[in-house]
Amino acid sequence: MAPVPAQPEAPPGATPEPGRVVLDARDIARALTRISHEILERNKGAGDLVLLGIPSRGVPLAERIAERIASVEGYDVPTGSLDVTMYRDDLRLKPARALLHTEIPEEGIDGSTVVLVDDVLFSGRTIRAALDALNDLGRPRAVRLAVLVDRGHRELPIRADFVGKNLPTSLVERVKVTLAGIDDVDAVTIHGEPGTPGAPAGERP
Amino acid sequence: MKRHLLSAADLSRDDAELVLQTAAELRSLADRPIKKLPALRGRTVVNLFFEDSTRTRISFEAAAKRLSADVINFSAKGSSLSKGESLKDTALTLEAMGADAVVVRHGASGAPHRLAHSGWVRSSVVNAGDGTHEHPTQALLDAFTLSRHLGRGKAGSLDGRRVAIVGDVLHSRVARSNALLLATLGAEVTLVAPPTLLPVGVDSWPVETSYDLDAVIPKADAVMMLRVQRERMNGGFFPTPREYSRRYGLDGRRMATLQDHTIVMHPGPMVRGMEISADVADSDRSVIVEQVTNGVAVRMAVLYLLLGGAQPGGEE
Repeated sequence: MAPVPAQPEAPPGATPEPGRVVLDARDIARALTRISHEILERNKGAGDLVLLGIPSRGVPLAERIAERIASVEGYDVPTGSLDVTMYRDDLRLKPARALLHTEIPEEGIDGSTVVLVDDVLFSGRTIRAALDALNDLGRPRAVRLAVLVDRGHRELPIRADFVGKNLPTSLVERVKVTLAGIDDVDAVTIHGEPGTPGAPAGERP
Repeated sequence: MKRHLLSAADLSRDDAELVLQTAAELRSLADRPIKKLPALRGRTVVNLFFEDSTRTRISFEAAAKRLSADVINFSAKGSSLSKGESLKDTALTLEAMGADAVVVRHGASGAPHRLAHSGWVRSSVVNAGDGTHEHPTQALLDAFTLSRHLGRGKAGSLDGRRVAIVGDVLHSRVARSNALLLATLGAEVTLVAPPTLLPVGVDSWPVETSYDLDAVIPKADAVMMLRVQRERMNGGFFPTPREYSRRYGLDGRRMATLQDHTIVMHPGPMVRGMEISADVADSDRSVIVEQVTNGVAVRMAVLYLLLGGAQPGGEE
């Protein structure tokens, strides 16, 4: 793991009290609309696209992006979910975890452009696991990555193609994404005082 | 989940539902081009079979291999087991070879329990059938098959469903495991057998019993037929096979009294013409072949949940 300064790198002036809201429902909606357009622009249309959300919160995000693409292009992009639990590099470090739902669109992913969708990009290990999982499912023409929040602190050479918001954080902070459908409301919040010893670091499990 | 799977009674409702939900996710693997997951890479699973078995051993072997585990098959024939080696010495050999899980089938009831709790091995022990005692993964795959056909809501819930288990309950480890597990999952189980083929103490099981098949099956949502285990019988448990078949066999006439949605199950191997007639076994109601398919997914779920995470370091 790369040495990361333990000191806060949060933007000056930010007062990260527990549960500070960084994105509200309308911010999230705008970010997803922009990401949808960026995906279309980059892909020159919706043809051959497959959206795969990483459970749990990547899945509703992928569905929302698909809705926006449908309203712009009038084309339903095949959308599914990809559970990466069995491909994680920390599988052996914790008790066996329940599997989440994987649903690959019937057309498969061979030759298509797969856009992986997740809520928070942090160490990059989840995405590495997702790339391995994709490898067992077929051979996409290209794989892109869309995330709602990029909070930095990458531990692998992985980057996102489409980012809702770049959110500089300290390692002791936790970024929490809640989405209507799974949770009560749409919001991205930051928890944990930077510099507090023993404050839990890490994205959602 | 506990470290071992020895009895269906070890599974709480949460444990059982976790296994069944995991199996539901793993079942879709059978439709994929690459039927393999990396979860147990580098782990060793030993199939230790003291009794003959086809489907259970193959099923466990397929399950372990699809999870990328290394599989070693031991069977009594053609190994030092047939030269009189004791269970303990076999176990010590397995331990020395570094087995992470031992899947054991043994003719003596309680042999897997002995293996798990004697301190001979540190690996997880999975009971693949011991004597006339238990066969928990068979019960799990039966519950999985039932919940796919009769399930209400989330995977695993069988609340209020009526299951009739019919035949040689006395010698059946499948019946005992099923009775315990299906009751845990909320189903109402009725055992149907001639009085001679019901075990002593069956009144302490969480089930009803009956001697009259015709009275029970019209209300059942699933009918599970058991094989008459003649290799375990050395006395007159019933007058003639023909009489048994007429009173406790499932034939076309009895099948006509079932409800429309009722499914027919059999753990295999079946004896056509004895406990089940060929037209029933091959009918649309029969899910016997599907049970075998589901067996691989359920055993993958069990192996994954026992071995996939952190190695249990003594805590249970």
